[in-house]
Amino acid sequence: MAELDTSGGGGKGKKTRSKKMSTKVDLTAMVDLAFLLITFFMLTTTLSKPQAMDMFMPDKSEPEAELTVAASRTMTVLLASDNKIVWYMGIAGSTPPTVDNYGKSGIRASFLENNKKAIAFTGNPKKGLMVIIKPTDKSNYKNFVDILDEVKIAGVPSYGIVNDVLPAEINLLKDQGVYK
Amino acid sequence: MPKVKIKRKSTSTDMTAMCDVAFLLLTFFILTATARQPEALAVDTPSSTVKTKVPDADISMLTIGQGKVFFGVVGQDVRAKTLQKMGEQYKISFTPEETKRFALIESFGVPIANLKQYIALDNADRMKLVQPGIPTDSIDNQLNAWILQARYATKELHGNELRFTLKGDSKEEYPTIKKIIAVLQEQKINKFSLITSLEGDN
Repeated sequence: MAELDTSGGGGKGKKTRSKKMSTKVDLTAMVDLAFLLITFFMLTTTLSKPQAMDMFMPDKSEPEAELTVAASRTMTVLLASDNKIVWYMGIAGSTPPTVDNYGKSGIRASFLENNKKAIAFTGNPKKGLMVIIKPTDKSNYKNFVDILDEVKIAGVPSYGIVNDVLPAEINLLKDQGVYK
Repeated sequence: MPKVKIKRKSTSTDMTAMCDVAFLLLTFFILTATARQPEALAVDTPSSTVKTKVPDADISMLTIGQGKVFFGVVGQDVRAKTLQKMGEQYKISFTPEETKRFALIESFGVPIANLKQYIALDNADRMKLVQPGIPTDSIDNQLNAWILQARYATKELHGNELRFTLKGDSKEEYPTIKKIIAVLQEQKINKFSLITSLEGDN
């Protein structure tokens, strides 16, 4: 046991007496165990709760509520197959599309750059980039969550999710070879 | 003059009080921890950097994986009420015993016609059963009915709007998700949450 001998030595030549056993039990190990279990239960109860990412879909019942946003600050992001992204600014076909990847150097850099450009264009820091996310049928759920996450990380001021992909956009993806 | 001997102090401390406190806390944590039920449909959720926790009450979880959708709502009272309302709609009567058993099921994915048999199964058999998922096609959109009745039940019992969360598998094709979102949007639910696991910012 981790206990120092405090009896002070000596005791030579004394009568040997039957030693009385101490009634004290060493509780150190028990406390150790108890705290270990506490830690375990604390962590499992609070950390096992999953995270929830809030998202909004455009209201379908109000088709009149269309926003007029300048084409130069609209960025359409198409989620393609093989974890690829194709994005273009403004109207489809007017600007060349870019194929991008998910992650820090991929789409996030593009978001930040385009947002800067959009702010420079409008001259109003509140009127930044407007991102339209269009997940195609070839993308998976992870892509969808990832792009929403990237939008949040990049601090894009406004974004929307549109579920109908135009035929022209599908052709665009096919041209890039990312619609398999 | 006698030599003054300095008495060495014992290094052992009394652990009794500490032990008491530790076990008290331990008991508290064990009792408050809700035992995690095995999931009916195992999904691997994608990760994201959001750190908002899922709320505890008035929430419904739609689990999506392998092209199937499973429905679940939190709270035994809400579950029982939802089942009763669904029974009225589909002209199936559930006994109080069945309602009680149903209230304990966290998430399920069987058509309402097979629900009675499903409730009658015990826990081990339920896990073995491969559930077909809740029908979502336009002829018989049972998911829509479940969502609607669960919302009514929550409103009646708690006076709150039921919130919806989607728990999808990472590999799930987007069309399945789109279909579920369309069902939710039909009822003008435009705000919902996606359940993700935690990931560091990089």
